[in-house]
Amino acid sequence: MTAHPVRYIDRTRRYYEAQGFEKPYAWARFDDTPFTALAKPVAESALALITTAALYDRQAGDPRYVASGETAQPPERLFGNDLSWDKRATHLDDLNSYFPIGRLGELIDEGRLGGLTRRFHCVPTEYSQRRTMGKDAPDVLERCREDGADIALLVPL
Amino acid sequence: MSLVARHLEEAGIPTVILGSAMDIVDHCGVPRYVFTDFPLGNPCGRPYDADMQRAVVATGLELFESASRPRQVVRTPYRWSPDEAWRDRYMEIRPEDVARLAAAGEARRAQRQELRQQGRVRSE
Repeated sequence: MTAHPVRYIDRTRRYYEAQGFEKPYAWARFDDTPFTALAKPVAESALALITTAALYDRQAGDPRYVASGETAQPPERLFGNDLSWDKRATHLDDLNSYFPIGRLGELIDEGRLGGLTRRFHCVPTEYSQRRTMGKDAPDVLERCREDGADIALLVPL
Repeated sequence: MSLVARHLEEAGIPTVILGSAMDIVDHCGVPRYVFTDFPLGNPCGRPYDADMQRAVVATGLELFESASRPRQVVRTPYRWSPDEAWRDRYMEIRPEDVARLAAAGEARRAQRQELRQQGRVRSE
């Protein structure tokens, strides 16, 4: 038994090959990685929380779109039945295990984070990178800017 | 999600990803990453373990301030279970799964084609 991190790219490729999908998914790869330095301390920053989970129990095959909710009225749970995660090993019954809005609230109370932006965002995991780069990522950016986000915390399932 | 992080970062919003898939994020290249070596689904800590969750999230907040260059990765110290079998079971293909997976692929392609014909897909 190995304790090395699971190689999800290899695992996913084999799994879809076994389903008869001939063209393997090409995971995005870049030579350079962007970097922006903090403009002000985290304790003074407004944070945008971004998840891949959905606001409703989306079905496999349903089109996926960027959606937002109010951080002042956080959902009791979010949904990911149509997404790939380890449904045998774990569950999404505890919101804060994948969408840490309560934990962030505690850190705000402790003075370690300035606050949350008015909205949180649900971003679809799309097979199409063109769609993510051309539509969804700019859409999330626009919403973050509208809300005055200083920093963003992304929590993929 | 890595693509969204890169896009925000390019536009001047610093990002941290909390995640459990080291290879996928490493392949793409992201500014700051907190890696918790758990089954996919609980990147912010074990369910109902508020202390662990707070520590994972705090690690993310600290990384905003400590990182001075891109591709900074912090690995949290937590272990999912003494039983490591989950690692091998994810997307496992046993001999008895082969026929079922092939049929599932066929069904999925047929469903996609049907959705396309009905126009129930994203257009942009």
